Amino acid sequence: MSQQLIKDITQEYLKTDLPEFRAGDTLEVAIKIKEGNRERIQMYEGLCIKKQGGGVSETFTVRKISYGVGVEKTFLVHSPVIESIKVKRRGKVRRAYLGYIRGLSTKKARIKERR
Amino acid sequence: MARKGILGRKEGMTQIFDENGNMIPVTVISAEPNVVLQKKTVETDGYESVQLGFMNKRANLINKPMAGHFAKTETTPKRYIKEMRLSGMKEYEPGQEVKIDIFTAGDYVDVTGTSKGKGYAGVIKRHNQHRGPMTHGSKYHRGVGSMGVISPNHIRKGKNMPGRMGHETVTIQNLQVVRVDAERNIVLIKGNVPGPNKSLVVIKNAIKK
Repeated sequence: MSQQLIKDITQEYLKTDLPEFRAGDTLEVAIKIKEGNRERIQMYEGLCIKKQGGGVSETFTVRKISYGVGVEKTFLVHSPVIESIKVKRRGKVRRAYLGYIRGLSTKKARIKERR
Repeated sequence: MARKGILGRKEGMTQIFDENGNMIPVTVISAEPNVVLQKKTVETDGYESVQLGFMNKRANLINKPMAGHFAKTETTPKRYIKEMRLSGMKEYEPGQEVKIDIFTAGDYVDVTGTSKGKGYAGVIKRHNQHRGPMTHGSKYHRGVGSMGVISPNHIRKGKNMPGRMGHETVTIQNLQVVRVDAERNIVLIKGNVPGPNKSLVVIKNAIKK
């Protein structure tokens, strides 16, 4: 009963228009950023290296190489700060968590496309 | 401010988002209407308080004296019975219901519960002591340490030692109410609350706000 009650409470925060994606996919995340009272949208594109949790607490991590430095950002899937998530490319991987990709060179870190 | 209180059941934790998009960790507490079973007064009992009953239980689980007590207010038998000695509770009469709408979003509350039992715990877990070296030939890893000075020929009172930990009454003060749902009789409180899920908690208006 408790778990059902908690599900009911968080139901209103869950997004329904999310694309299906998983680790290995290249994502384009649109993030709302507030500057004073102005709001703008910033694009963040990179490789999804993991997706974890469930319900309203579900998160995903996107890794990209920015000016030669690896950057990873973790977002809540259902966060209102995220305007949209777009899947740019589906990758074929055998892991749910791509931690191994951090130590690899750009050439080695290539991922085959899933069709 | 007239302080009020209610008995509830900890359902579990989750997270919600506020209007700015920030994530807030919340504890879900359900509190179906509490019934005032008895009102104690200075004349009859020497002090003023209100006795609340919470959560129904089967009629075959109670004995005759308790059955008589519940019959006075014509309510179903209650699982938890607790007194509230709070200024705001004086207005309630026996048989009346105390509902969760005594709180509104933004209020500050103190939440009392029974903490999770940890069993027989060592000093590192129980008293936050440090451990000894794990290597370099050390055989002293998680022990109690010194028993104190030698001169009194006994161990001083209050020496931190291993023992039963947890399962004690704990109050967390100044927790913020995030949302009150009077329809479903639930309240969302920011942060954590003592005790395991499904346990009894007492919510009162904060004493320090």
